[in-house]
Amino acid sequence: MWKRDEAVKPASGQPATPAAPTAPQQQASAPVAPPQPESRRQQIERDVVNIGKSVVIKGELNGSEDLTIEGHVEGKIELKDHVLTIGPNGKIKAEVYAKAVIVLGEVHGNVLASEKVDIRDGGSVDGDIVSPRVAIAEGAHFRGSVDMQRKAGQPAPQQAQKPAQQGGQQPQPAAVAR
Amino acid sequence: MGLADLFGRRRKSESEAADAASPDLPVYPTKALARFLTSLSSRQQPLLLDLGPVVGPNVTFFGEQLGCKILVEDLYKDIDRHVVEGKVDALPAFFAQRFAQESNSVDGILCWDVFDFLEKPAAVQLAQQLTRILRPEGALLGFFGTAEPVAGAKANYAKHIVIDQANLQHRLYPAARGKQRPVLNRDIQRMFEPLRVTEQFLLKSNIREVLFRKNAAPAVAAPSPNPVPTT
Repeated sequence: MWKRDEAVKPASGQPATPAAPTAPQQQASAPVAPPQPESRRQQIERDVVNIGKSVVIKGELNGSEDLTIEGHVEGKIELKDHVLTIGPNGKIKAEVYAKAVIVLGEVHGNVLASEKVDIRDGGSVDGDIVSPRVAIAEGAHFRGSVDMQRKAGQPAPQQAQKPAQQGGQQPQPAAVAR
Repeated sequence: MGLADLFGRRRKSESEAADAASPDLPVYPTKALARFLTSLSSRQQPLLLDLGPVVGPNVTFFGEQLGCKILVEDLYKDIDRHVVEGKVDALPAFFAQRFAQESNSVDGILCWDVFDFLEKPAAVQLAQQLTRILRPEGALLGFFGTAEPVAGAKANYAKHIVIDQANLQHRLYPAARGKQRPVLNRDIQRMFEPLRVTEQFLLKSNIREVLFRKNAAPAVAAPSPNPVPTT
């Protein structure tokens, strides 16, 4: 009892430093890699590309790294294996293809993601979404269709807007995970 | 494929937990939703038209768990815009042009309580349009209030959040104007002709849940100039 109290309480009014003496022992006993938060964050910051607020791009945007857009893009955005983030100031008028799409700004156009589409609070999408996972936050705006069965990149079945030509018959979806 | 098969596809995931409805809101039972879902289960990837505002948990429920393709057309926002602009009289004409979907193209329609916020001419026009786009054997679910509007009451819409096939939550948000006079049962039937009422429940909350079905297409179709082969 006495020894435990002595270990916790600061001695003779000096500030307590309880973690300092034990930390090296823990590191020695458990072979855990020491955290490098600063360098890790710098690495992440290097890997994410930003398109700033004042930038306007018209045309086709391709890439092989994660991208954050705060500016305006018109045309087509293709980041097949990476994450696209539309920042709060971002305004997109484009077809979007990516692994994951996070929307905090405005998107006018279809969004196809092979993993996930996430429309956050304040985000807006006017267009069709094709993705196996779709998350829409309270406060987000969405108008269009959501298709979580078809794989992104496959052609849409002729169903959504012009299905009456089948005369009551529903076309088979391109891919259905059952 | 039965309803059990569809619900058997439920997946527990982190997004499901994140999208879960609020535990603070009261839960309202629904009897017609399960029947509505049963009617959709005969289709492989049913096309569902949701006339309410987009609700994340509903997208997950209908899209991820039931395999529906969901079309979101927020009519409450349209009504609000017309009210604010003082163009309520233009709503019937607006609804006549509102839906780009072709005839007989949608497997299921969720109207929620949108008809409670419409005067009769607009309601009739909307019902006609929904009847047009509903596929033969498709289903339409509507909620109709029975209470007279109270003067001075706070006007609210409700986001209907699907908890499961037997329970809903209502998340209220401000409306430009309140509910209109309740529609009589016979008027509801007439509005939606030739749809037939297959289920009707009067809940303790004084809401009538009405499930409509569209008759199957006749076996022998009339000859058309551009015949489409059917399988």
